[in-house]
Amino acid sequence: MNASQIIFYLISAFVLGTAVLAVTTRKIFRSAIWLLFSLVGVAGLYFWMQVEFVAAVQIIVYVGGVVVLIIFSIFLTHHSGSELPKTPLKQTIFSMLAVLLGFAFSYNLIAKHGFPTTSDKPFVVPVSAIGEQMLDTKQHGFVLPFEVVSMLLLAAMIGCIVIAMRSMPKGKTIQKQASPINGNGKTQDLPVPTKTMEEETT
Amino acid sequence: MNSIPLTHILFVSTALFFIGMYGLFTRRNLITMLMSIELILNSVNINFVAFNKYMYPDKLNGVFFSLFIITVAAAEAAVAIAIIINLYRSHRSIDVEDTTEMKY
Repeated sequence: MNASQIIFYLISAFVLGTAVLAVTTRKIFRSAIWLLFSLVGVAGLYFWMQVEFVAAVQIIVYVGGVVVLIIFSIFLTHHSGSELPKTPLKQTIFSMLAVLLGFAFSYNLIAKHGFPTTSDKPFVVPVSAIGEQMLDTKQHGFVLPFEVVSMLLLAAMIGCIVIAMRSMPKGKTIQKQASPINGNGKTQDLPVPTKTMEEETT
Repeated sequence: MNSIPLTHILFVSTALFFIGMYGLFTRRNLITMLMSIELILNSVNINFVAFNKYMYPDKLNGVFFSLFIITVAAAEAAVAIAIIINLYRSHRSIDVEDTTEMKY
């Protein structure tokens, strides 16, 4: 067992352990932090597989974007220090059974399949090759999914703004909300209780 | 490097998938369910990259698939969190048991 194998098993144990903690801990903020560690571990797995670009994208998008967004939404929707309600024991037992059976079934299929690992060539992914093939308009290029995904991101951005925009009462504009001095002085209270971050992290 | 067989990586990704599945079954909170979905998407990405590395090392299709999945997952998380915050404004709760207007 050389160092590469040991590193792989260490990263795998880290990913799986933090993922289990993320789905079982009862404090939601800690759950988000364990999820962050798990995603960083997955990025380490990509580094181990020598796809540095995917690992960098994983860290930037997931750790820098998605987990921060989740933590913000936890701050906006939860009181500090409150625990999630305990799941019923019956539900825990049956979901554990279902998950274990599904895992055993799937891994049995995988182990019996015997993948043909014919090629022993080194797998090097230069970023220039990724960029060239991503924007290639010829046969094996990915420029059409690239454009479709960019349209999807635009649509998701506009959709987020439309969904999260407060439905205003009639005759009231955003300017009046932002500056409550003018108008009749009746301001809508913000529904979000502001908490200090020190309370959440404890 | 190649001394790790492919099935060990697939073991990790399968275990990650079913851990996310367990979270999806047991949690009743929308944000934690979203976290479980993120775990599941990550396991799929690991699968794509591992198959690309071990079986087709002269192609890049798995890398592209995982990149597009990461993009779509980011968009999905943003929309889901917008929906969750809007739901919290109207219901004061993000528990799935409390949101039953569209059930029937």
